[in-house]
Amino acid sequence: MTEVLYVTDENNNYTTANSIGWDAKKAALDESLSLISERIEEARQNVANNIVSPIIYFMELNKMDMQVLSAYVEKWQWTVRRHTKPKIFKKLSDATLKKYANAFGISVDELKNFDGK
Amino acid sequence: MKLNFEHHQTAHCENGVASNLLLNKGLKLSEPMIFGIGSGLFFVYLPFLKVNFAPGFSYRPMPGAIFSKAAKRLGIKIKRQKFSNPQEAQAALEKNLEQNIPTGLQVGVFNLTYFPEEYKFHFNAHNLVVYGKEDGKFLISDPVMDFATTLTEAELEKVRYAKGALAPKGHMYFPTHIPENVNLEEAIKKGIKDTCKNMLAPVPLIGVKAMRWVAKSIPKWAEKKGTKVTNHYLGQLIRMQEEIGTGGGGFRFIYGAFLQEAAVILKNDELKELSKEITTIGDLWRDFAVDIARVYKNRNSKSDIYNQLSKSMLHIADLEEAFYKKLRKAI
Repeated sequence: MTEVLYVTDENNNYTTANSIGWDAKKAALDESLSLISERIEEARQNVANNIVSPIIYFMELNKMDMQVLSAYVEKWQWTVRRHTKPKIFKKLSDATLKKYANAFGISVDELKNFDGK
Repeated sequence: MKLNFEHHQTAHCENGVASNLLLNKGLKLSEPMIFGIGSGLFFVYLPFLKVNFAPGFSYRPMPGAIFSKAAKRLGIKIKRQKFSNPQEAQAALEKNLEQNIPTGLQVGVFNLTYFPEEYKFHFNAHNLVVYGKEDGKFLISDPVMDFATTLTEAELEKVRYAKGALAPKGHMYFPTHIPENVNLEEAIKKGIKDTCKNMLAPVPLIGVKAMRWVAKSIPKWAEKKGTKVTNHYLGQLIRMQEEIGTGGGGFRFIYGAFLQEAAVILKNDELKELSKEITTIGDLWRDFAVDIARVYKNRNSKSDIYNQLSKSMLHIADLEEAFYKKLRKAI
């Protein structure tokens, strides 16, 4: 993808140019993406070790945080935080699971059966 | 149905939508003009608000502010609507299209299917124009894309009803009245004065003072939070500076282009000189971003590098302060 830039020509007059990006920008985006993959991997392991529920994994996978996720499932943040505990997650109704599944764009089965392994 | 609407790629979405919508109504204003009249140049530091696991920085005002301010200063009336019901939102949009009105929408970025992966974040204040509907798909002019695109009904509903901070809630807008004679000179002066006032504001959270606060915080982060967190914070700082449309200089280059145009309209050569000055400052911002990127690459950097970054940012803040003081006097 190219983007439009305002640049000056040899007479110091402004004009536009197209750019495909530059190193500093790429480095900043790469740093951000590698942080996200680290968080996803950590979440996956925590699900595998039964420390958190699959909600955390899919939240990270969708680049969400508690604020964004709670807005999508229309619940208080403390409620969502409770649902990230494996024990409580197992007792959730299908209707509640459906809300999370919709927010993540997956099926209820995919959400329930994700074990991080 | 396809309305007569020209797609122009612009640097930044908000000015771009504004410029494209006004052009469609016969008022030809460049993107930098909208940006300058709407006082788009800004700096804000929100240390307590965590965005993407880092403090909030921004090189621009609240989303929507640029177009609103520019419209007010040019005497343009804009109608803005939000809808609690997505079906109503779609019906209202379709009705606009039937009445031959290309319509601006506020949308969330995360589900924009045509965006590259690295730009998909839960950022809800992107802007685009819908200019028709063909084969059940909405025709989309997204100003940061180099070509016009389409979205299905379901896809458009998803981005119009993105959730979280700054949720668009179906927000749509379009100009309803454009005066026959626009007083451009007056609007430009108002825009410049407002920018100077904001950037020189005597509060720590905005303008030059906020830059100094961030600059002084850099070595403190390194000391208290460690290298990894500091680098991430700095990454957030330059991501905002390098956001699509800023040209890597936190919008300083668009402002330079604005001042150059303004110099001609106001017949004021001093503005031409100041245009060069802000260009130089923009170059320094770019160098600053390059230095930060270098810090990432050699992760075991010495602690002195953070003091150096802090110093260069303080230097930029000094230059900007002098710049706004001169600019204020020049008009």
